[in-house]
Amino acid sequence: MATYEETLEKICESNPNVVVMTAENRAAIRNLPPKLGARFIDVGIAEQTMIGAAAGLALRGRIPICHSLATFLTLRAFEFIRTDVGIPGLPVKLVGGVPGFLSDGNGPTHQAIEDISLMRGIPNMHVVCPADEDELVAALPKIIESPNPIYVRYYAGKAATLHGDYAIGKAETFGDGKDVAILTYGFLLREAMKAKEILEARGTKARVVNVRSLKPIDEEAVVRAAKETKLLVTFEDHFLTGGLTTIVAEIFLKRQLTAKTLPIALEERWFKPALLADVLAHEGFTGEALAERITATINQ
Amino acid sequence: MSHTELEALALRVREHIIRMSTDGGCFIGASLSCADLLVHLYSRVLKITPQTVSDPNRDYLLLSKGHDVPALYGTLAELGFIEKARLANHLKTNDSLYWHPNRKVPGVEFHSGSLGHLLSVSIGVALDIKMRGGKNRVFVVLGDGECDEGTIWEGLLVASAKGLDNLVVVVDRNEFQANIRTEELIPLEPMPDKFAAFGAQVKRVNGHDFSALDGAFATLPLTSGKPSVVICDTVRGKGLPSIERRADRWFVNF
Repeated sequence: MATYEETLEKICESNPNVVVMTAENRAAIRNLPPKLGARFIDVGIAEQTMIGAAAGLALRGRIPICHSLATFLTLRAFEFIRTDVGIPGLPVKLVGGVPGFLSDGNGPTHQAIEDISLMRGIPNMHVVCPADEDELVAALPKIIESPNPIYVRYYAGKAATLHGDYAIGKAETFGDGKDVAILTYGFLLREAMKAKEILEARGTKARVVNVRSLKPIDEEAVVRAAKETKLLVTFEDHFLTGGLTTIVAEIFLKRQLTAKTLPIALEERWFKPALLADVLAHEGFTGEALAERITATINQ
Repeated sequence: MSHTELEALALRVREHIIRMSTDGGCFIGASLSCADLLVHLYSRVLKITPQTVSDPNRDYLLLSKGHDVPALYGTLAELGFIEKARLANHLKTNDSLYWHPNRKVPGVEFHSGSLGHLLSVSIGVALDIKMRGGKNRVFVVLGDGECDEGTIWEGLLVASAKGLDNLVVVVDRNEFQANIRTEELIPLEPMPDKFAAFGAQVKRVNGHDFSALDGAFATLPLTSGKPSVVICDTVRGKGLPSIERRADRWFVNF
């Protein structure tokens, strides 16, 4: 499979309106400047100016893809996103680096664990959370084609699994177990798939729903998971408030549904800064820890 | 249009502003301070007509300070961009003319209201014009109080770094924030030095003197390769002696 950067380069070749922007964060796009020339715009460490300028470029018919760390993009530039991109609904694409646990040892300043909550609160804004680079690459053309502003919770790690066809707003479900459904997104899909394997070895029939985009969310997939299983788990590296757990609660409220649930998210606290594997172990977000919590809940 | 005609036009725009300040009110002080400026730009400087509001080769004017939108609407109405009768709909639910610019009104390039935004939006427009080899210019009108916002200075750094000499920053220097004189609260002077230090070429003129404005905008960019900044010294409330330079006459509902 091609990388994110290669795919973006191809899209730029075929669509002259696409421009790549960054607020001096080039990790994902290091090789693009010589290839894109004036269509690569680095504004320096100025996230707000990047977003305002992206809105101006979009007014002129461009599709800007803006790169920065997820925290600085969604927090520092929040009002510019909401006001200059959100109000007119301009097709500006926001790519947030090292979201959630992926900020490893950086500490709370870099922990984007309210990014989904903030971005989904903006009318017109879509939120896409790829589980690995394959999914990101499959999503990218759809992200560019969409007339909406879109926030991408960037992750380009190696494939967690083989994926089905991609459409924004469509979840993919692995397995049809009736004991438990694990709803998740982003790189945690890998841990959810591990938990599924562990649970099944114990005789617990599990399914995993990779929701893929949090806005629009695949409501039918969520409802099916709730209705067809005995326990609905939401598993996310985000605050409990405003992310997948909240979205599921809103669907339940709207449709007057109830289910036995197990929300696993960060509740009113930052996570321990460390290397990713150690963060997962410390915070109880490994596949093993997830399987243990599910088994304990089922046995309650 | 002669200077006498410009003066007559500016007087009619002021009438519109004052009418919009009745029955609900408007930010009249800031509107009156930049009325001459907008009349001059639209009549003598900007390459835009009611027929070319969507032409990619038009000159752009973005109103960043936002409060002065009655001056813009008055100007647009006088010059045929919108119906004069429409101004009577100010604040009415049957239309969408409210206290800040609405981009759905013909001639309004972008909405504003939150200060410190449209310099960055203008940078995006100017970058695209450069990329496409266009000759059109982007004018952005800032309030002086607005220059407290960090994004003005962040934007100037970027505009200078990118050599945006198709960008013209026009500052309505009416010496007031909302409630107090700028120099009493957060002093901005020496303004020209500050803008120059951020890489712009600066001119300072009397914003109510059409000859001075002619001189300021006669040759743009002021210097090749740099953004231009024209600081226009104005009087808040200009034209209505009862409210001129009065700190308590920011928003008025007559």
